[in-house]
Amino acid sequence: MTAIEKPPNIRDKRIKIITGNHAAAHALRQAKVGVIAAYPITPQSPVVEKIAEFVSKGKLNARFVKVESEHSALAVCCAASATGSRVGTATSSHGLMLMYEMLPWASGNRLPIIINLATRATGAPWSVWTDHQDFITIRDVGWIQMFCMDNQEIYDTNLQAFKIAEDSRVFLPTVVAYDGYILSHTMMPVLIEKQEQIDEFLPPLKHHINLSDVSVVKGIDPVTTPHLRDRGIEGIAPGYFEYRYAMQKALENSIEIITNVHDEFSEKFGRSYGNGIYKTYLAEDADILIFAMGSVASQARNVIGQLRKDGLKVGLVSLKLFRPFPALKLRELFKEAKLVVVFDRDIGYGYEGVLSYELKAALYGLKHAPFIKGFIVGLGGRDVTNQHITIGVNKAIKESETGIISHETDFIGLKLDDLGDYDEKDYFKGG
Amino acid sequence: MVKLMEIPEEEYIFPGTRACAGCSMALIYRIALKALGPKTIITVPASCLTVLHGMQGFCTTKVSVLHTPFATTGASASGIVASLEDKGLADEINVLAFAGDGGTVDIGIQSLSGAVERGTNFIYACYDNEAYMNTGVQRSGSTPHGAYSTTTPNGKTGYKKNMAKILEAHGIPYVATAISSYPLDLFEKFKNAMKIKGPKYIHILAPCPPGWGYNPKDSIEIGRLAVQTGFWPLYEVIEGKFILSKDSQRFLDPTKRKPIGEYLNIQKRFKSISNEDIEIHQNYIEEQWKQIKKRIEND
Repeated sequence: MTAIEKPPNIRDKRIKIITGNHAAAHALRQAKVGVIAAYPITPQSPVVEKIAEFVSKGKLNARFVKVESEHSALAVCCAASATGSRVGTATSSHGLMLMYEMLPWASGNRLPIIINLATRATGAPWSVWTDHQDFITIRDVGWIQMFCMDNQEIYDTNLQAFKIAEDSRVFLPTVVAYDGYILSHTMMPVLIEKQEQIDEFLPPLKHHINLSDVSVVKGIDPVTTPHLRDRGIEGIAPGYFEYRYAMQKALENSIEIITNVHDEFSEKFGRSYGNGIYKTYLAEDADILIFAMGSVASQARNVIGQLRKDGLKVGLVSLKLFRPFPALKLRELFKEAKLVVVFDRDIGYGYEGVLSYELKAALYGLKHAPFIKGFIVGLGGRDVTNQHITIGVNKAIKESETGIISHETDFIGLKLDDLGDYDEKDYFKGG
Repeated sequence: MVKLMEIPEEEYIFPGTRACAGCSMALIYRIALKALGPKTIITVPASCLTVLHGMQGFCTTKVSVLHTPFATTGASASGIVASLEDKGLADEINVLAFAGDGGTVDIGIQSLSGAVERGTNFIYACYDNEAYMNTGVQRSGSTPHGAYSTTTPNGKTGYKKNMAKILEAHGIPYVATAISSYPLDLFEKFKNAMKIKGPKYIHILAPCPPGWGYNPKDSIEIGRLAVQTGFWPLYEVIEGKFILSKDSQRFLDPTKRKPIGEYLNIQKRFKSISNEDIEIHQNYIEEQWKQIKKRIEND
């Protein structure tokens, strides 16, 4: 399912034992980004540090703009991309949230910027540990969003992400996410390809905007009207509505391009990640499918063998492409399933886990739609254990037998009992 | 000083922009572009200049413009410069950030501070109309004492931020003040800034007919009064050296300065200002010039 099905040949000189953060940094280096602007934040900081090292040692011929905030980081990225450079950055949690204003600016401008996101919970209270809340929170800004499950996948996905984002049918910024600490700080073997091979796969950026060509006067991002506008001999200028329509269409069309780029990569380098959109494990004959992303999917994979020994035909679907949400592909994939158990390391506060409700929406109206049960796990880095997954699957089986669909959230892994006299009405007690 | 005939005839903004009648920002922009020439990229945050540039489908300027969100002008300029350096074009193309007072002294101060601290090679011009005029006259950190705005209906209390001093404290090689009413001085300051590598900052007072409440035909006159009363001293600080500009030199002598009331009383935003407030202004001016005098003597 993941990149390294066979143990890697450690005698292969191309293999480095590195963290997820460094895998991201190596990918940015080999993609030959021209401008990087980044601000340190735990657990992403080692990406910034590694890139600073690459630049200072002359291993990467890029301008590294050491900005004073993430808001400025993405503003620098946007301006540099509009001036025609290939651009990448990295962040986490509050950093991504501070970038928020610039996110729809980048996508609205159709700038192929890559953000590496080492996922982290959002405050308050402070937590530096992983969950997917930061990743989930930016789902409506028009970025392509992908999630990785190991360090090789981080490296490979970055290289694919540039090619996808810079495709003239796409021109959209992309987030490549991986769990903070679980991948960002864990060393794994990563095969770093030869630069010539990467150059063959990823040609230089051919941008649709290039401010540095001063002979062609451009006004980028002026105020738009609600309506089309006649501009004389130049023809008709679109209004805001048309810009955003084009953006949505580019996102919808990108699914095919994402698959193609994944297949091309896999053919060239011999590593594949399902179909580039989701990965399955023992899903073919399964009645019960677990649906999750990143670290949670990795954990679930560990449990499936045991669950199968217990007589449950369980399989796993781990989602790689979260935006655009591959609804049609998922409808096809889940059309035979009886039960889907969704584990969200995030929550749409006031409703339920985001993967859970998005899957429900995607499968709406299927003739034999599966029963879908969602659980919230692992917020703020709470360990997600084999036991949690097993509890979830068993509980979901029980509930599916009643057939009653509930939107009430179910948390697995809470330790309320350990708090002794914990009272929900008095949650500040002892704080 | 530069002579009128030396200012290029070439215009870089088309006539008929959406700026208000009597807008001094439009004048400042016009002069600045004449100084910078065609090989220029401009970055602009939300501001009156966004309005001047017009709606999508039209382009009011003959050089490229990148619009950027309110707080990001400095960072945006950094990004353009970094990309030009990446392409080896940094010495061929001027990068100009052009923002209002709100975008500079308030919401944009962080990204501006960051950009100059990093030594970004660009010119940052702040056209200061002393409030959020584009959104309908709300007070900014640059609104002067006693001025009416929609959010200070009884007049603002407290002085305007001295942004030129704040930028000077960053240790950058060029800081200047200017005003639209002295276009030759303004032109020359942009030219001087262009000669210097590194961050350059020009703070330009920009009288605003609807925001300040005066007849649009008086924009030049009001700007002159700002200088003649000593309210707005024109100067440059080049590599730390303070140079009082020619048009302000005679106001070193307090007897040459017109009383501040002449400047305040013709603006509706100071309509309900008290004698005490006028006194506060007068004292502020005296203090400002004392410091200037000291600096000149010490240099």
